[in-house]
Amino acid sequence: MRNSIGREIPAQFLRGGREVYQGPFYREGYIYQKAAPSVRASVSPRASKVVSSLTEAIIKCGLRDGMCVSFHHHFRDGDYVLCMVMDAIAALGIKDITICASSLGDAHTSIVKYMEDGTITGISSSGVRGAIGEAISLGKLKTPAMIRSHGGRVRAIECGDIHIDIAFIGAPTSDCTGNARGKGGKSDCGVLSYSAVDARYADHVVVVTDCLVEFPNLPASIQGIDVDYVVVVDEVGDPTKITNATLRYTTDPRELMIADYAARIMRHTPYFRDGFSFQTGGGGPSLAVTRFLRPYMEELGIKMGFAMGGITRPIVELLEAGFIRMVVDAQDFDLASVKSVNSCPNHVEITTAQYANPLNKGAFVNRLDYVILGALEVDLDFHVNVVTGSDGIIRGAPGGHVDTSAGSRCSIIVTPLCRSRIPTIRDRVLTVTTPGETVDIVVTEVGVAVNPRRPDLLEALRDAPVPILTIEELKERAYALVGIPDPIRFTERVVALIEYRDGTIIDVVYQIAE
Amino acid sequence: MNLHHTAVAGTLESSDVLVTVSPGESGIVLSLQSTVIREFGRQIEQTVRRVLEKHEVTDCEITLVDHGAIDCTLEARVECAIFRAADREDRLPWR
Repeated sequence: MRNSIGREIPAQFLRGGREVYQGPFYREGYIYQKAAPSVRASVSPRASKVVSSLTEAIIKCGLRDGMCVSFHHHFRDGDYVLCMVMDAIAALGIKDITICASSLGDAHTSIVKYMEDGTITGISSSGVRGAIGEAISLGKLKTPAMIRSHGGRVRAIECGDIHIDIAFIGAPTSDCTGNARGKGGKSDCGVLSYSAVDARYADHVVVVTDCLVEFPNLPASIQGIDVDYVVVVDEVGDPTKITNATLRYTTDPRELMIADYAARIMRHTPYFRDGFSFQTGGGGPSLAVTRFLRPYMEELGIKMGFAMGGITRPIVELLEAGFIRMVVDAQDFDLASVKSVNSCPNHVEITTAQYANPLNKGAFVNRLDYVILGALEVDLDFHVNVVTGSDGIIRGAPGGHVDTSAGSRCSIIVTPLCRSRIPTIRDRVLTVTTPGETVDIVVTEVGVAVNPRRPDLLEALRDAPVPILTIEELKERAYALVGIPDPIRFTERVVALIEYRDGTIIDVVYQIAE
Repeated sequence: MNLHHTAVAGTLESSDVLVTVSPGESGIVLSLQSTVIREFGRQIEQTVRRVLEKHEVTDCEITLVDHGAIDCTLEARVECAIFRAADREDRLPWR
């Protein structure tokens, strides 16, 4: 069945009430019953929750074939928890496990062998990078992977689309009852935003920490009242790898030029006034935009009301210099942001549910004026692909891209026109992750295209010192430089479903032909 | 054009291609490794064969390790490699 942006979704994936994408705000007023976990009472006042190993916790929780386990990615490329848990599960001979992760990356490469031997047969994730993406694209996972945005993951759990049997929550500090924080200890990651929903909706909750602290560990991100067991391990992660390769402070003149254009655009749009709100993605040009904002804010004598994210050093610096009134934090990308959320009273942790769940009643993304985001590909309909590379292989993360693009007043995509010979702006993106209806402006080094759905922005930018082109002209410029790409060959087998944040299916990914 | 020995041109940088040519005996033996092979492999091979034909190189082994070079870069690297392999130092088309 074709969805409202013309992507064909095979009927076999539209069972059990699952629908095709029908526009970004299709589920307004949707009535649903929230899922609830089956939990076991813990009444005895002196019972201990601290167990000696992951294996013991897994056995005590009663993990069986076919169950679902969940993880967060606050430790990013430094995460040890997911692989430790999966090693323990595999050693117990348990098969057919679904992983519900907030993201999967290079830290998790060693689980590919469990996809091959049937230990892992399902994946739900907001991002799939590295060897795992390649394994999925080569058809090594038994069932299609479900790619969900950060907000979409929370929604899927709260709606019961995915049920977590055991949540394993890596925590820099925990007390003996499982009150856990992202702060302190030796693997400090600042916040535990992604895990809040897991702790409340999983049947069993296991906190995994390398720093057991005195009771009570408050204020806690994960509440001990939701936790079944606490496991103390030697190390939950490597804090020096919280900052990974996606986080570059660019010196590339092309990326700086793109960032400069994006800042000029912001300066000339009507939302750039005292109290404006702002978020950037983690890519090179996106992060660089923050550094170009300060002169414009000084010129107009305005301050930012709140910055959200994905927090990084440039935002922390603006906060410390008094240009931002509040930083709202759902993830820390670097050590500067961890330090800031641990010490600055105007830098506050929120849950991913608060951040982006499209069905709740106060998602913070809906209060955003601007979001600056990257793209692997953008097409003539302004659809954006952030999941599949030009070789057809899954290598990206929708993360909060989809959520912020829909929620913000002005979403700006910053991307080079081409990456080596690969045109970023093209006739048709391979995979739609973010629908063009929610994308307002595309900025490249040769010029800026405004979505025709936003004549107000086009008018506002009439006098802005940036070259304005149409998206068609941008595409022609790209093709003139590199040629017209040949279509990639796929098999008939679907290896991943791209779920829109509201639970409808926006696109599918096929297995790559060898 | 007759090739006398193996020669190389280009680099392994992004947006460049490393071309190695050697004298051959039976036609063009082309080996291509490219980061953009799925979308541009066919066009890269076409361009290389066109440049070889233009310079009347009929027998050679040519190996390309490409990191997304655009056509003009590709042409320049292939030409440079074959002129080096033929020891041709004057009457170069770009002089």
